[in-house]
Amino acid sequence: MTSQTKTRPASPARGRRFAAFAFLSPGLTYLIVLLLVPLALVLSAAFFRRGRFGGIIYEFTTENFTRLIDPLYLSVLGNSLKIAGITTLLALLIGYPTAYFIAQLPRNWKTIALVAIVLPFWTNFIIRIYAWIMLLSGPGIVNSVLGTQLELLYKDGAIVVGLLYSYLPLMVLPLYAAIERLDPQLREASANLGASAFTTFRKVTLPLTIPGVLTGCLFVFVPSFGNFVIPDLLGGGKSIMVGNLIRTQFLQARDEPFGATLTLALIAVLIVLLMVQSWAARRA
Amino acid sequence: MRRPKLLHVPFWATIVFLYLPIAVLVAMSFNAGESAYTFEGFSLKWYGELLADERVISGLVNTLIVAVSSTAIATVLGTLLAVGLARYTRSKILDAVALMPAVLPDLVLGIGLLMLFITLNQTLGHHSVILAHAVFSTAFVAAVVRTRLTGADTSLEEASRDLGAGPVTTFVKVTLPQLTPGIIAGALLAFTLSLDEFVIAFFTIGNADPTLPIVIYSMIRFGVTPEINALASILLLVSFTAVIAGQRLTKIGESRAQD
Repeated sequence: MTSQTKTRPASPARGRRFAAFAFLSPGLTYLIVLLLVPLALVLSAAFFRRGRFGGIIYEFTTENFTRLIDPLYLSVLGNSLKIAGITTLLALLIGYPTAYFIAQLPRNWKTIALVAIVLPFWTNFIIRIYAWIMLLSGPGIVNSVLGTQLELLYKDGAIVVGLLYSYLPLMVLPLYAAIERLDPQLREASANLGASAFTTFRKVTLPLTIPGVLTGCLFVFVPSFGNFVIPDLLGGGKSIMVGNLIRTQFLQARDEPFGATLTLALIAVLIVLLMVQSWAARRA
Repeated sequence: MRRPKLLHVPFWATIVFLYLPIAVLVAMSFNAGESAYTFEGFSLKWYGELLADERVISGLVNTLIVAVSSTAIATVLGTLLAVGLARYTRSKILDAVALMPAVLPDLVLGIGLLMLFITLNQTLGHHSVILAHAVFSTAFVAAVVRTRLTGADTSLEEASRDLGAGPVTTFVKVTLPQLTPGIIAGALLAFTLSLDEFVIAFFTIGNADPTLPIVIYSMIRFGVTPEINALASILLLVSFTAVIAGQRLTKIGESRAQD
């Protein structure tokens, strides 16, 4: 094979095109059939009428969108944005110093610290939520330790804690990757030129790690925003998020067109965020 | 390099935040009593109950079948995709498509795939979960491998091509060895995400035997018992072993790539 390629140096452009096809087509075909087509199915359903007993009647309508701007549903979207936003912000505030600390450790300790951060993420997601049910519920551990009878579960705060607990490692890892890749000489140069630690951080470290920050925020915000399991188990359905609403439309109300419309709204929010992210990453 | 001392605080706070719930969870799995809230003495009885629980054992087997199969598909597709995107195209649209499953909420993907399988009149089962899991896993493998590619020095690949090697030879002999740590890391990530995945499996499994996360979800909805704690503790032990093994593999990969 090697000798063949050596003796027959085909036109580089043709070889390149063949290579592009060979590398790209399997994955892209897979993603078109099992990602883009399903998305198209969901989104097209948003423009159809609901059957009387569930299902879809293929008749064009915009009534699903009229229903979407009902304050009831808008407040659910707003609530989801708020909860996911607070979670992301907290994850960044906790995650950045943590990642920075790990990046400064000696090589062996780095590995151990990273493993320690990631390990809970490698345990089952549902079980991690279960741990918080144990801690926060009425007869739970927190109340028995504090000797209180607080209702900690079924509040927005419980959802934020659950989301943060679940997705914090997704913030720390890209931040760590970005910080670790920094050349320490840059910071040393900045310090030698008289910059304070804070100035060095603000002018050197932070701008150079912005791509990691953006990736981490995206990794935390997206699963938080569209989540339905955590608000289901820790929020008790009281402070419902858009994920709960979508699930209910598809599995209980059997209103697939409206469920699809809510999904469309959710995707729209995420597309805006992605655009902001890629715009900011290009500027950084 | 000087290390700011204050950074100890957020790091250790994070560690406590992450491990305290787990520690409580494990401690309660050894509870002799019936409650997961009050400790009434040491016992291993819940582990015995767990091993006798057929739902759990079959759930575990199903989860492993799904995770191994979907990771195998995703590692191949994701690696090729990463190289293709990094070296052979500048298309932003293709970039976005490749990243989309990683950033798309699992709920959207689960519902979309459910609608696809129904539209195609496909029966649901483990095969549909495998196909579904490979979608997001491919994106994660591609993303992880790509970080490695964009950081990598292209001069070796250029040298290989200047010396007359075709794209395939260059890929196998030059690019792939450099990528090995990334591929292993990507595959491990895909495997773990699949083991853990609940939402998409929930929507695409139909009436087939449930995977472990679905089993656990129904157990939790049924009530809080130390049996779930015992199961959690065992999964924790398995995860820990897997992470250590993964770390070792990655290290070996890295030292080989540096040689």
